[in-house]
Amino acid sequence: MSSTAAAPARTIDTVNASLKRRYAAERRFRILGLTAVVLGLAFVGLLLFSIVSKGYTAFWQTYIQLPVTLTAADIDPSGVITDPDTNEEVRRKTLVRADFRTPVRDALRAQFPDVSGRSQRRALHGLISSGAALQLRELVRRDPALIGTEQTLWLVADDDVDMFMKGRSTPIDELPGAGTATPTGTTGEIALTSSADDFKLITARVGAHLERTAAALDRDIARLEGVLADLAAERADIEAAMADADGTARAKLEDRAERVDRRNAQLTRKLGRTRNERADIAAQLAAAAEGEPLALSDEMPSFLIAVNGGVVKVREATPTRVSADVVSGLDTADPAAPGTWRLLELRTPEDDRRLSDRQIAWIWQLDQRGLIETHFNTLFFTNGTSREPELAGIAAALVGSFYTLALTLLFSFPIAVGAAVYLEEFAPKNRFTDLIEVNINNLAAVPSIVFGLLGLAVFINFFGIPRSTPLVAAMVLTLMTLPTIIIASRAALKSVPPSIREAALGVGASPLQTQLHHVLPLALPGMLTGTIIGMAQALGETAPLLMIGLIAFIVDIPGGITDPATVLPVQIFMWADSPERGFVERTSAAIMILLGFLVLMNLAAVLLRRRFERRW
Amino acid sequence: MNTTAEAIETNTGNLRASDFDGERAFEGTLGDITAAEPRMECREVNVWYDANHAIREVSLDIGKHEVVAMIGPSGCGKSTFLRCLNRMNDTIPAAKVTGSIKLDGMEVLDRGIDVVPLRAQVGMVFQKPNPFPKSVYENIAYGPRIHGLTNHREELDELVETSLKRAGLWKEVKDRLHQPGTGLSGGQQQRLCIARTIAVSPEVILMDEPCSALDPIATAVIEELIAELKQEYSIAIVTHSMQQAARVSQRTAYFHLGDLVEVGATGQVFEDPQHHLTRAYVTGRFG
Repeated sequence: MSSTAAAPARTIDTVNASLKRRYAAERRFRILGLTAVVLGLAFVGLLLFSIVSKGYTAFWQTYIQLPVTLTAADIDPSGVITDPDTNEEVRRKTLVRADFRTPVRDALRAQFPDVSGRSQRRALHGLISSGAALQLRELVRRDPALIGTEQTLWLVADDDVDMFMKGRSTPIDELPGAGTATPTGTTGEIALTSSADDFKLITARVGAHLERTAAALDRDIARLEGVLADLAAERADIEAAMADADGTARAKLEDRAERVDRRNAQLTRKLGRTRNERADIAAQLAAAAEGEPLALSDEMPSFLIAVNGGVVKVREATPTRVSADVVSGLDTADPAAPGTWRLLELRTPEDDRRLSDRQIAWIWQLDQRGLIETHFNTLFFTNGTSREPELAGIAAALVGSFYTLALTLLFSFPIAVGAAVYLEEFAPKNRFTDLIEVNINNLAAVPSIVFGLLGLAVFINFFGIPRSTPLVAAMVLTLMTLPTIIIASRAALKSVPPSIREAALGVGASPLQTQLHHVLPLALPGMLTGTIIGMAQALGETAPLLMIGLIAFIVDIPGGITDPATVLPVQIFMWADSPERGFVERTSAAIMILLGFLVLMNLAAVLLRRRFERRW
Repeated sequence: MNTTAEAIETNTGNLRASDFDGERAFEGTLGDITAAEPRMECREVNVWYDANHAIREVSLDIGKHEVVAMIGPSGCGKSTFLRCLNRMNDTIPAAKVTGSIKLDGMEVLDRGIDVVPLRAQVGMVFQKPNPFPKSVYENIAYGPRIHGLTNHREELDELVETSLKRAGLWKEVKDRLHQPGTGLSGGQQQRLCIARTIAVSPEVILMDEPCSALDPIATAVIEELIAELKQEYSIAIVTHSMQQAARVSQRTAYFHLGDLVEVGATGQVFEDPQHHLTRAYVTGRFG
């Protein structure tokens, strides 16, 4: 051993030398794994946070409380509804035709008696959802004796009002007045003076806005001047070229010169306008510095002043004096003591929101009177979808999903279990069964939209099953979930130990008895798990259902498996497509409910497995 | 075992390597294959697993009220032969069986016969205890119930009790009849399986190494049970333990690589084997 020149390294030395590397590799692997897990969780958390933060408000809905007089003249001028002898059919039809909008509008106008003019009235009526009339109709349908009485009711507010109450329309700041405010009148255009410089905030905001606009205009002017200089240079070039050109070349150059001149004139005019505008703003700012009032526009934040039980909208302001339009009449023109009046700043400009200053003033007043509240949104769970976000609910989609899933389970479970048992326990193993097996596995990987196309071509067009129904949806989803359940069921059957089969056959059970009495009960938890996972997949499926008409706008809650219906994921898809802000939160809320059901189903799968799993 | 010791000494190592490659010629079974009162008569039984000729030309009788032990090295075909007797080989798609097996004169291998009554007549106990994952009671009651052996509840209760008593398990489980059978100890489970088998009153009980998964005490209990059971049933037992074969059986069949080499009364096979392979095996020269 000593004959070799180099001292032979002992194995333990080599091992020790490599240990450090091994440990480093292990650490790297652990860190990588941990990073992957943390990253995954972070994304799931982000997703949930985004959905919940957008959607949780949908579970509350703004209601406006109004004393509504159910005037017989509006609702039931002919006395048909109240007449006890009227048959049900006639009563129902009369109710559908009856005018329930007028009582609602009258009740709203009673709150703001000084609202006049068509457009103002329409703006006021816009505060209440069209669903309020339906609320009244439902009330009267249940009890016709209510006609002619006055009822104090919580009526559904319009989605814009709802959004405003949830703070998604404009940030709103309330500042109590520091000085004594003296209005010059109670209606129309009035002026309001304060003993302190309460309105400095307004002038500051307007001044800042004007300065920002001025800066933007300055940039425009500089740009225009640059372009004009370029044009002048080009014109000079053309002049120079024209000197030694002749014939057609000259004509072309003249053409070009003419175009340049036209553009020059156009831009010069624009420059003039911009400069005027800039000068205007400069003059305004200068005048303000001298104590002149600054005018507000719709592109600036709005300011409302609530004083003496009324609300005015500021048009012009100096630090101590504003001129304003009365939005809702003042009780008196007496001076208001400090602290009894407030200045409201609506930071989003009127142009950028759906509610006008006037409407916000009304809502604010209703809020002050305690007539506007957010309640739990039961409509979301009892209504079908609607064009109006405040009336849109998921009941129809939930029921549709329920019918579809129930049918899918009914169709797919027996077929899949039968197929699995036959293939696993009875079928001879040959080329043909191999082919079937491969195809089942491939079927699980087929894009779901293909099943939709198949359903459209075969079930709807060939067999004539009505489209848009839970029935046809369930058939398509059955095709889609079959491979999942078959594969899971076969795995479950494979996991049943052969000794159980031998034991059963050994005491003389027939193959079918062996399966039914011994193998199936043991494989059932695994089969159910596969089924629930398949069902969860079906519950979340959208693409194939779009093909077979589940995308239809379904307001009514389906009453059976052949009624037109829609399902949760498709409802989410449709709402996500709607522009109204109210649908944004409803989309997220519907996603939360869908996720809730999916979690429940997966939980059920886990529990079932735990509960029925038998050890041997 | 004085004779065994002598046998080892007197045996002069006439074993050849060719004794263990399946190519050698088979000279026919030594000894008397017939039983005085045959219950099952097997003649020229061959089994193929695809191309593999697993047992060749095996002929053997199983008599009434006797225990026939089948011994031999692993892979010699004794379990395969046993599984032919109640057609359990049907569950193996590749298996093919030829020859003739008669149970009380009825041909067992006939394609047309119904295996359900056959298996009720020829019960089987497996190597590994395999009670159903149900209660002790249900384990026993299952067979009688599917065969419709009892008409009402009391009769079934009685049958369960007698079966458990005959399997020597009654005292141990009478208080836990409705607890899972899988919760019993290994030996108890195996006796439960025997009780399950005798509950359908078979004529023949096949036991495939019933004690290989059990400890010596549990084995002793089962062996006593076998001695008891032979009063009523014909028993064919496959075992790896020569001592067990010597203890429980009246006749012994020695299998070697798919051939039934020698059959005879147990005492004769162990003390004076005719074939050199049998001698080598029972004396512990190989195995």
